[in-house]
Amino acid sequence: MNLYDYSDLNEIQLDALREIGNIGSGNAATALSQMLDRPVNIAVPRVTVLDYQTVAERLGGPEELMIGLLLTISGDLTGMIMFLLQKEFANMVLSDLLGQECCFDVEDSMGCSAVMEVGNIMAASYVNAIASLTGLRIELSPPSFCMDMVGAILSVPTIYYANISDKIIYIEDEFNNNINHAASHVLLIPEVEALQKMMRSLGLG
Amino acid sequence: MSRLIVVGISEYNTAKNGDVLVTYALGSCVGICLYDVKTKVAGLSHVMLPSSAGFNVTFEQEGKFADTAIKRLLQLMIKEGALQSRITAKIAGGAQMFAGLNNSSLSNIGQRNVAAVKAELMKLRIPIVAEDTGKDYGRTQYFYSEDGRMTIKSATKGEWHY
Repeated sequence: MNLYDYSDLNEIQLDALREIGNIGSGNAATALSQMLDRPVNIAVPRVTVLDYQTVAERLGGPEELMIGLLLTISGDLTGMIMFLLQKEFANMVLSDLLGQECCFDVEDSMGCSAVMEVGNIMAASYVNAIASLTGLRIELSPPSFCMDMVGAILSVPTIYYANISDKIIYIEDEFNNNINHAASHVLLIPEVEALQKMMRSLGLG
Repeated sequence: MSRLIVVGISEYNTAKNGDVLVTYALGSCVGICLYDVKTKVAGLSHVMLPSSAGFNVTFEQEGKFADTAIKRLLQLMIKEGALQSRITAKIAGGAQMFAGLNNSSLSNIGQRNVAAVKAELMKLRIPIVAEDTGKDYGRTQYFYSEDGRMTIKSATKGEWHY
């Protein structure tokens, strides 16, 4: 089967992506729990292929204020990983890290770098899941940070991949640390050749 | 009551009789507002990419590109009674949302979009009378057919008018 667009993915291939999402989210919860030194539970993630406009709607509309972390992947696979976090997620992480109730503020460089580090660790969890399942070598750039309207954040991958597809692989995670709930949203945006390579490595191409 | 007409990504539309056009959360995309002050015909286009060159563009995709979308919007406005020689433009967007991206084609896309929009407007002899472009924040753009006013709203910096 020829794969030109994310919407060409068949059910078995989508299942494989869901499995990658599952393993990645599990790894991410473990990493987060080690970093915060307390149990972090995670609900079974939802993995779907969606177009950007729908992603923005799901997240509360294009004007919803969110934190975006963007990382690029290179090596055997190329593409991007983007995290969209609610401010509550940043609050939860920061409160745990600093041991006191705190509210995330973009002007606070220590807060930003803590959130970026969390993004880094979580992205690495997903990348490790892909790498260990496919046997491919993948490198990850440091994260780039932005807090703004979710539609504006999403415009970056939308534009970059406009010539390929208006769809992305969308993983919805819900974390809780027994006290707080926080959702994170991961967008996996492999280039089409990368997607083909991934599927071939999994014996599904 | 004036109606609010929402223009999505890669879309364009016109308004008159006091109706208001809006496009939400422009990031690196550019919103182009065109206005004929006499007939009060307003148009708004939300473009994503500078140029359609190298793409096999279908009619549905023409709204994506600065070079094709502005022409289409202009045609639509002329159909609504606007006169090309009277039309002026106000543009916004083209931000760099993520600082320090090492991928250069990604980091300056906002800038390239703005440059392409300006080049296309110059080609069509449409003067730009107001501009709120670049920097690093997202913008929601309202455009009022009543008086050609453009309002920009940011998530963190409030709102202001042109």
